[in-house]
Amino acid sequence: MIDFGFTPLVASITDLDKANVNLAKQLTEQEPSFALCISCGSCSATCTAGQFTKFSFRVMCHQIRKGNAKEAIAEASKCMLCGKCTLACPRNVNTRNIISLVRKAQTTTP
Amino acid sequence: MTKTVAIIGGGVAGLETAKQLNSLGYSVKLFEKTNTLGGHVAKWDRLFPNKRHASEVVSSLTLSQGNTQTITETTVHSIKRENQGFVISANSSNHEADAVVLATGFELFPAEKKEEYGYGLFENVITSADLEQMFKKHGKPVMASGHKPVRIAFIHCVGSRDEKVNRPYCSKVCCVTAVKQAIEVKEALPNSEVFCFYMDLRMFGPGYEDLYKEAQSKGVTFIRGRLSESSEIEGGRVLIKAEDTLASTPLKMSVDIVVLMVGMSPLRGTNKLATDLGLSINADGFIAATDLHTNPTGTATNGVFVVGACTGPNNITDTINAAKATVLDVHNYLSR
Repeated sequence: MIDFGFTPLVASITDLDKANVNLAKQLTEQEPSFALCISCGSCSATCTAGQFTKFSFRVMCHQIRKGNAKEAIAEASKCMLCGKCTLACPRNVNTRNIISLVRKAQTTTP
Repeated sequence: MTKTVAIIGGGVAGLETAKQLNSLGYSVKLFEKTNTLGGHVAKWDRLFPNKRHASEVVSSLTLSQGNTQTITETTVHSIKRENQGFVISANSSNHEADAVVLATGFELFPAEKKEEYGYGLFENVITSADLEQMFKKHGKPVMASGHKPVRIAFIHCVGSRDEKVNRPYCSKVCCVTAVKQAIEVKEALPNSEVFCFYMDLRMFGPGYEDLYKEAQSKGVTFIRGRLSESSEIEGGRVLIKAEDTLASTPLKMSVDIVVLMVGMSPLRGTNKLATDLGLSINADGFIAATDLHTNPTGTATNGVFVVGACTGPNNITDTINAAKATVLDVHNYLSR
């Protein structure tokens, strides 16, 4: 193929017709509190890792719901499991369990 | 013979109920534990959405009481059914009544329970009720040192929508109260910077959305994120942290005053009165309605009625409407 020096743009729009939301479904079954987030940001505001990296538990969950499992799984490795977010969450989401389930999904999700 | 109705609580719910029952010719005994009528509203400076003085509402209710027998500084200890009526024990004297209306209201969420926000620890962390007191006394917010604040942050949902303090419900009125107070701060101190930290802005009533727009046009900054913690820094100022969830970045800022928008909590002591009368308490800790849709003011006990914020967070308008509905229920019961 001739190299024209540029490639077609990949659409950045979220297409929920094509999105693979299997990880979101799996997490909701394994840890039902995954569904209860109201995106208040308490977890990210208190996050030790998030002060130095782009890591945000809230955004990671959101990525999973949009079908971006690959990015989310990469993100989950940044968490230091300190548990402050679990203490701050007003909806009692079991954040640490979700992180460990996402990390496990790394090896088990197709 | 004229029938007697006992109303427990002299806030807006109790006052409107008393006023209407009076106009129907009933003998009304209104019990109030403090020495003033008007409840929480009497402690407020101005009201949303039109910034009217709260004292106007309270005085219009107290001045139209007719023959209501108001019994202040009197705490009701127990209410017992006797023969066809009730015996109310209050401050070691007994009163008889044919029907009872519980209008016991609410209490403000004790903000010190949300320890990480620093109320009671840091002198410039105050509640929305404290700010109303400042407006009443000084017409503007003042730092504990007496200095003029330059930056003020309002924190929504303190003691509301928070399972960590066992208050999972929305208190309804704090969003619009914060917006009202933010505007008042901008009006009193035009050079100040005012921020509202919110999760959702629940502007459900007439004129509320207009108030939100007014706040925006007056320069109030809205940041979508819940406060995680506050800490005291130099000069008694306060450092607060949240996530700016719309930008997906953690955020910190220093302010001169933090205002915690405290929610409405069930009043301690009401539950015992209610359960002794056979009433049930709902999941949020308020008195449960017989039927949320078709009978919000009736109870499972004949002759006992409920009105106002003892049934859940409410604004003045809805409380007044509920009082009128309760009066009709009481009237139907006593005319049966």
